[in-house]
Amino acid sequence: AENEQPWGTPCTQLLVFVATPGCDGFPSLDSKEGYKLSVSEGFLLLSADAVWGALRGLETFSQLVGRDENGTYYINKTEIVDFPRFPHRGLLLDTSRHYLPLRAILETLDVMAYNKFNVFHWHIVDDPSFPYESLTFPELSKQGAFNAMTHVYTASDVQTVIEYARLRGIRVIAEFDTPGHTLSWGPGAPGLLTPCYLGKDPSGTYGPINPILNSTYQFVTSLFQEVSSVFPDFFLHLGGDEVDFTCWKSNPKIRAFMKEMGFGEDYKKLESFYIQRLLDIISSLGKGYIVWQEVFDNGVKVRPDTIIHVWKNSMPYPQEMANVTKAGYRALLSAPWYLNHISYGQDWMAAYQVEPLKFEGVPEQKDRVIGGEACMWGEYVDATNLAPRLW
Amino acid sequence: SRRAMGRAMGLAGVLVGLFLVPAVLVSTSLRHGAPRAEPAPEPAERELASGAVPEDSLWPLPQWLRTSRRQLQLAPARFQLVHGAGSSAGPACGLLQDAFRRYYEYMFGQSRRRRGRRPLGARADPELSQLQVVIESRDPGCHSYPHLASNEAYHLTVTEPVAVLKANEVWGALRGLETFSQLVHEDDYGSFLVNESEINDFPRFAHRGILLDTSRHYLPLKSILTNLDAMAFNKFNVLHWHIVDDQSFPYQSIYFPELSDKGAYSYNHIYTPTDIRLVIEYARLRGIRVIPEFDTPGHTQSWGKGQKGLLTPCYSGEQPTGSFGPVNPILNTTYNFMTKFFKEISSVFPDAYIHLGGDEVNFDCWKSNPEVKEFMKKQGFGIDYAKLESYYIQKILNIVSSYDKGYMVWQEVFDNKAQLKPETVVQVWMENNYAHELSSVTGAGFTAILAAPWYLDYISYGQDWKKYYSVEPLNFPGSEKQKKLLIGGEACLWGEFVDATNLTPRLWPRASAVGERLWSNWNVTNLQDAYKRLTNHRCRML
Repeated sequence: AENEQPWGTPCTQLLVFVATPGCDGFPSLDSKEGYKLSVSEGFLLLSADAVWGALRGLETFSQLVGRDENGTYYINKTEIVDFPRFPHRGLLLDTSRHYLPLRAILETLDVMAYNKFNVFHWHIVDDPSFPYESLTFPELSKQGAFNAMTHVYTASDVQTVIEYARLRGIRVIAEFDTPGHTLSWGPGAPGLLTPCYLGKDPSGTYGPINPILNSTYQFVTSLFQEVSSVFPDFFLHLGGDEVDFTCWKSNPKIRAFMKEMGFGEDYKKLESFYIQRLLDIISSLGKGYIVWQEVFDNGVKVRPDTIIHVWKNSMPYPQEMANVTKAGYRALLSAPWYLNHISYGQDWMAAYQVEPLKFEGVPEQKDRVIGGEACMWGEYVDATNLAPRLW
Repeated sequence: SRRAMGRAMGLAGVLVGLFLVPAVLVSTSLRHGAPRAEPAPEPAERELASGAVPEDSLWPLPQWLRTSRRQLQLAPARFQLVHGAGSSAGPACGLLQDAFRRYYEYMFGQSRRRRGRRPLGARADPELSQLQVVIESRDPGCHSYPHLASNEAYHLTVTEPVAVLKANEVWGALRGLETFSQLVHEDDYGSFLVNESEINDFPRFAHRGILLDTSRHYLPLKSILTNLDAMAFNKFNVLHWHIVDDQSFPYQSIYFPELSDKGAYSYNHIYTPTDIRLVIEYARLRGIRVIPEFDTPGHTQSWGKGQKGLLTPCYSGEQPTGSFGPVNPILNTTYNFMTKFFKEISSVFPDAYIHLGGDEVNFDCWKSNPEVKEFMKKQGFGIDYAKLESYYIQKILNIVSSYDKGYMVWQEVFDNKAQLKPETVVQVWMENNYAHELSSVTGAGFTAILAAPWYLDYISYGQDWKKYYSVEPLNFPGSEKQKKLLIGGEACLWGEFVDATNLTPRLWPRASAVGERLWSNWNVTNLQDAYKRLTNHRCRML
């Protein structure tokens, strides 16, 4: 009794056992993230099917280690069996409304790992700026970035992000949102955007991507060829949200096209026309795609393995989740998790209390909900306030 | 970071015409104190430039300014901030010496060229070699503390070969240096330029404060000092230090060390006397007063940890519950403690004012305590506990008065009819119908400061700075005399959800909107113009 240690047996190692190799691969939607952690006297074992589970287990292990008031590190006897409820647990960062320096992105990836997030949804370009340095179309960032020297992501930056993420079991899903949200594409790709008209004359302003020109589809093909090879994940996010039809309506050539195609006055049909061709291009490149809910809402014909991203609150989102999954598509939930919409007090509770499967539907539908994403849109966010706003 | 102005401000040859922005015409002799805003003549039509103009990044907007398209160059290797001939301040004035170095750094610090010997280059513009600072009053104030009646007015003339900054007191010089540094900009080629200009400036309100709460969350010294820097960029001149409250007592008292020993979050979460002195001096060098708030009788849970017997024991029926309420107003020991405690506070904090709190006193605990109930009876207060609160407050006010300090109180103290000295400053904080409260307070002859619409801890999505900017403090029913009693306001950042990880981005630049509202003329209200200047100012502050 005299020699009794205040703490039990000293532990010298955590053994990590991984059943299936895969150290050099990229995480995917099907990655196995389950792990078992066994801590007892003189024996600490973390076992997982795949390395991704080992990463999750390491994080948990690190959270179990405590320190007493004498500074001694300790851990309690523990048994843990863990696996994620949803396979897609994402975070959206917007680097177009405000440029985010590499460091801010990498720091975010670290904190994502602390919280077992596994998807970085990189909303990399949008109306205000185009920071993505394309090798096929260098003019896009040269003309479209806030500053072509300082506010861009070079090819090497992008690779840094992808590898940093991979080492943390995080997938990087890039979003090149079209045909709306593309104003910054215009300066570097003349002729890509629709010229808006005031009566008979061009007004000088531009709208969404011009869906009636062949050059558009050539451009899109080339760009996405590059994007598909740069970003290794199977999925690309293609956007497709908030397409404003005003500019299209004002353009006489477009109106003529609408007539030719028999679309009448239904510009949703024109939007679908574009999206469908885009989706075909992406498919032919061997990628899968995620789209914002408008693509589904507007009746675009999409492949059955499309993932629909539910973000709007105009209709109660559980209704949309029901509709999307009923139609057989997989769904991602973001609507209640727009973290850029700050408010006073402990608003984390509202986010926490969301139950993603709380909607009318049969079990098969519920199975189609693959997860969700917290979104940090960048209108009011940059490196000076990103971290405390997000975490 | 501060002062690297990425955007070209004065593009050569793009400036158009003469800009005249008279808001209130001021006589050239600088009057003591801030003149009340006389009804101003309508500002002359400003010619809008097609390109950037120097006023595009002035914040807050000066009372009167005139600029020309003529530009002068500054060579970092040669340019100097110096004391001018006839100034009552000289090299012995540490405050100004420190300011000269600080503002030189702000203007040229980011430039790697300032050490190099670079030929003047292709520019043919004349060189501005100095800014001379002339303090006109016999007693410049170099070694004193700023106070409510300090003169912050200044007159700035920027012409070749030297610019002259005249101010009655050093406090005006500090404000003028900030403005001068906002006029200096870099062109596309990295040359430092300033437009020929003349500025006459003074604050509309004398009390322009920021409230920081270091009890809900401890704020490390660095955080507070960074904030003082930001305040100086925006011409704020009062740090209202809400230093202790229910949650923690970080103030290390000399007479009562147990207060922080037991009441602080931890020994690492305290402000030592040295820390306090540092803050006060750092603030002083920026013309900022430090007004501490020791809020009683409510908001005092943390005091009870280190001072047993100070707080009222609450009862359930006949039994004490074990929990405590506000400071116990019926015991002599309470007043003995307060006498000694405020003696210390009065000597540690040099400002003429101490904020004594007096807000949100919950009467439940007092009502439950049999001895308190007995006291109420004896005093003839009936069941009006507001009378007991006033009884307490009055005694504290008297204690503090005896140390020759003035005091500030939250509005409840006035609302509950305590007997206040005429120079009491009442802080109006309740949002509901605050204009009415301002009328009442000033109608009763008391000085007021406004905080109600400026609780910046109440965050919301979007450009809420506009809401703060659009407040017009004098929009309350009252006579001219009453309006004069509103001496300013404060932007408050309560600490329930704020600590060093998010303080700076939460407070700034939203507080800048309040800063301009309190400094600039009442008619500076255009949101588009403010947006333009504020975005530039914000980048500069970074």
